[in-house]
Amino acid sequence: MSPWRERLRQLSRYPSAIAGMGMIAVLVAIAIYAVVAIPYGQALELWRGGEPWRLNPVNAGPVWVDRLFGGDMPRTIVVDSDEAEVEEERFDGGRMVRIPLEFDYESTGFPSGINLFVRSAFEESEPFVRMTWHRPDGEEIQLGGRAMSRQDRVSFSQDWTLERRLGEVAHVALFAVPDEQFERAQPGEYGLTLDAILFEEDAEIAAELVVYGRVHGIAGTDHQRRDLMVALLWGTPVALSFGLLAAVGTTITTLIIAAAGVWYGRWVDAVIQRLTEVNMILPLLPILVMVGTLYSTSIWLMLGVVIALGIFSAGIKMYRAMLLPMREAPYIEAARAYGAGNARIILRYMIPRILPVLIPTFVTLIPTFVFLEASLALLGLGDPVLPTWGKVLNDAQAQSALYHGFYYWVIAPAVLLMFTGLGFAMLGFALDRIFNPRLRAV
Amino acid sequence: MSESAFRPASAGTSGPLLSVRDLHTWFELRQWGFLRLGHVRAVDGVTFDLKRGESVAFVGESGCGKSSLARTLLGLHRPTSGEVVSEGRSLGTLSGSELKAYRAGVGYVQQDPYGALPPFMNVRRILAEPMIVHGIRSREEREARARQVLEEVRLSPADEILPKFPHMLSGGQQQRVVIARALLLEPSLLIADEPVSMLDASVRVEILNLLHSIQAKRNLTLAFITHDLSTVRHYANRIFVMYAGRIIEQAEVNDLLEHPQHPYTQALLAAIADPDADNAKHQRDVPAGEPPSLLNPPPACRFHPRCPHFMAGLCDEEDPPDFEPRRRHWSACWLHR
Amino acid sequence: MARAPLLQVEDLKLSYRTERGILHAVDGVDLTLNRGEALVLLGESGCGKSSLAKALLRLLPRNVDTFSGRVAFDGTDTMTYSEERFRREVRWVRVSMVMQAAMNALNPVVKVGEQVAEPLRVHQGWSSERAFARAEEVFGRVGIAGDFLRRYPFELSGGMRQRAVLAMALVTEPDLVILDEPTSALDVLTQASIMNVLKRIKQEHGTSFILITHDVGTSSEIADRVALMYAGQIVEQSDAGSFFGDPAHPYAKLLMSSVPRLHQREKPIHIGGEPPSMFEPPSGCRFADRCPSRFARCDEMPPPLELPGDRRVRCWLFEGGRR
Repeated sequence: MSPWRERLRQLSRYPSAIAGMGMIAVLVAIAIYAVVAIPYGQALELWRGGEPWRLNPVNAGPVWVDRLFGGDMPRTIVVDSDEAEVEEERFDGGRMVRIPLEFDYESTGFPSGINLFVRSAFEESEPFVRMTWHRPDGEEIQLGGRAMSRQDRVSFSQDWTLERRLGEVAHVALFAVPDEQFERAQPGEYGLTLDAILFEEDAEIAAELVVYGRVHGIAGTDHQRRDLMVALLWGTPVALSFGLLAAVGTTITTLIIAAAGVWYGRWVDAVIQRLTEVNMILPLLPILVMVGTLYSTSIWLMLGVVIALGIFSAGIKMYRAMLLPMREAPYIEAARAYGAGNARIILRYMIPRILPVLIPTFVTLIPTFVFLEASLALLGLGDPVLPTWGKVLNDAQAQSALYHGFYYWVIAPAVLLMFTGLGFAMLGFALDRIFNPRLRAV
Repeated sequence: MSESAFRPASAGTSGPLLSVRDLHTWFELRQWGFLRLGHVRAVDGVTFDLKRGESVAFVGESGCGKSSLARTLLGLHRPTSGEVVSEGRSLGTLSGSELKAYRAGVGYVQQDPYGALPPFMNVRRILAEPMIVHGIRSREEREARARQVLEEVRLSPADEILPKFPHMLSGGQQQRVVIARALLLEPSLLIADEPVSMLDASVRVEILNLLHSIQAKRNLTLAFITHDLSTVRHYANRIFVMYAGRIIEQAEVNDLLEHPQHPYTQALLAAIADPDADNAKHQRDVPAGEPPSLLNPPPACRFHPRCPHFMAGLCDEEDPPDFEPRRRHWSACWLHR
Repeated sequence: MARAPLLQVEDLKLSYRTERGILHAVDGVDLTLNRGEALVLLGESGCGKSSLAKALLRLLPRNVDTFSGRVAFDGTDTMTYSEERFRREVRWVRVSMVMQAAMNALNPVVKVGEQVAEPLRVHQGWSSERAFARAEEVFGRVGIAGDFLRRYPFELSGGMRQRAVLAMALVTEPDLVILDEPTSALDVLTQASIMNVLKRIKQEHGTSFILITHDVGTSSEIADRVALMYAGQIVEQSDAGSFFGDPAHPYAKLLMSSVPRLHQREKPIHIGGEPPSMFEPPSGCRFADRCPSRFARCDEMPPPLELPGDRRVRCWLFEGGRR
């Protein structure tokens, strides 16, 4: 049996390795799912925010967390005029349309906002819409009327006049149990009736009422109504590929340079050593901050800089120490004696010898680069367009998420980061025990 | 093979296979990469010829420079001065590709068979490597030649040996693979550096016999390096005894073993115990002290501080020339003056 | 004999658990060593001789499967001793050991003298001055100048370091010193001078030695008696004169004729074949597969048979006295 297959077999005897591999498999599955379900372009588009998210509440927590703690926070309710029983009445030169937007409200918690989106089609004259709110107890509240443009939005929650009139912000006042000082919402059948007057024969009108809930989806939403799921999903392939590429890039180049230094010795080695020493005292993070601030925060540029600075890293010293005794190894002398050239000796005889020791280091190196990327994003140096875990954390921090009690916003990406770190670390430590027999107990 | 131009002379040409003239291989000893502390005089003025098809032994203690001499002959160390001449060309004047071709003509068998085989390659790969290096592209040809040398070193069945990794082989089998590798490029000179000292007693004879029969069958020149005089009698025609970087005595094997001339050789022979219960009854004569440092060897005769026949004013002042006290038996000692 | 022998080993067995199964390293060994005697344990690598030595000192790895038999010093069985009692009363007090390649295992950052004095401080609780003075004395005995005590291992040559580890074994004045391949990494002249030191110590101080080696030549330098080991068993145990002059067991005969000798014109022969697996040793004589004198009875395990002159041989050829 080849030594590699033998080691693979040993790996199956470490429960931690199996668990680690399982965790990595989960991450890879998530990454693949993310890339397939939300193509790259679409992900960027979504992450830019705005229109796609208009039906989402702001800063809503995950549904399952609320349910887990026994809460019954309202979910978002969308009532479309297409599904309403619209009444029409023609008059000369136009129509009167009554759109009853009715819905069942089941929660005793208040929603987080109410918006009405109106789309209308007309030649010149804007339709005029009068809005009436129906509460379960039969009371009607006039919400005023206004002319609507082709794409219009009525934000009741931001209507200060309305707020002053009702005594509380609209989405509270309109749902509150009467005479209870706005303490809880009253479940029941609500309705918003739109009485629209269309001043043209061919004019059309449609409306959507959105009663924003306080919980949304598996991951919740952020301050821009974006579903955090997008970032959490897409953060996985970004984190994994950044970590893997950075680890591969630095390890391979460092290894080859270290081997070349050891093999050629003399001034080559001296130059590499001095470069490494200089590089070791260069602080990585401030340099990355400088690059990010002065040039670009593209993740690929950051990756390049990380690899470039990682080449002459402390790893060179470690590999050098491992390779140095090998320079005198009899089998390398034998290879020279049958005429093998320098490149062949470095790549075929020196490096394969330390690969076994390297693999565990390599595996445990991946999460450190994942963390580095997250730290950069947290410092505001994340890629401007890519949804990543670090970006989520950065937003959360900028919006004082913890101060406002939006724990989900911080915990979800943090858990994913830790999950990544743990998965690779467990596999790495098990590999270390297999490949470095010195660590193994008898 | 295409690149036979500067290999050690192939059989049929007249003259010695390899001529070594006043060879010095020194290593610069530096501190912190630049402070020169001096030179380690590993090989310090050695002259001899290797004839075609003969078997010679270089005998000496560790640190006498015998391994450095072997590496110089292999082209692994550059001579500091003096010449190694093969086919009328000096080793120092060969270009890179000529040196590679020369190396193909010299096989190398090392002391530690396990260390001499890359542990991460299987036998098939190990044997393929030299052929790949020397441009044998055809996989079939490589496989055929690998099987042929395995048969020559009596490792069979090849199908079982080829996929194995070194750690799955016994010490003797490992050393056979090393020998097979050395034979792959059809060398005219085989250098074996302590080929059996790390092996078990019962395997030693086997490996020595194998080397001997290969040497005879291929009409190779075999230079074998050892610290153990008791093994040389049946496996070498000539012996060179080395001490502190120099050859101090050379002769035909039986003549040297029966009539050692140099005091050092005499001491060496006296220290060897053939199995005999009487050995335990008396102390052996061992010259006091230890071999000198090659960094600061004693002046003139290198052995004089330990020599029982030391003559003040002569041995420590003038280098002894090679005397010929017996026919074709040279010894560098003032006693023969 | 009035007194019990210094060391008596009966039916010692030692096996290890490994990934490939149970390895029977020592499989039923009987040994007797008298005071002031030197016993050579001769055998090829992997025959179990180092395991046997470590078993005597109970320096066992953790994966031991069985460790049984009787190991008696001066007639007292030590197998029943607790680890603590064994350490206090036997190890380095009565028996010490020079491990294989010990000269390369010296601590590079501690002065040689301190390392040599260490057993006195650890096992006998001496003050460091007293222990150091004693180390100096022992250094003289093994032929190293006293000022080497204050040097570091890398400042010593191989021969010097080997003498230093020998001094470390002698410093507590044990009755018995076990030497595992003490000279195999050394040059001929150094080997000879170390053997000289051992001979002198044996003569002057009456110390007993067990010398473990695969080198027949070196073994003859000190041996009073020789025990030849093969595949975990002792196949012949004889006095040195008989063993080197007239080996009895077929393996001993072959081994003796495979030794290259300086003053011998015949070419040495080699023993074909390989030793049996120690995982599943054959039920019969373990040398049978390689033996030129094999016959039907060899499929049964031969017991150690007594020969005249206190010799014991594990071979059916000697059943009912010398053939």
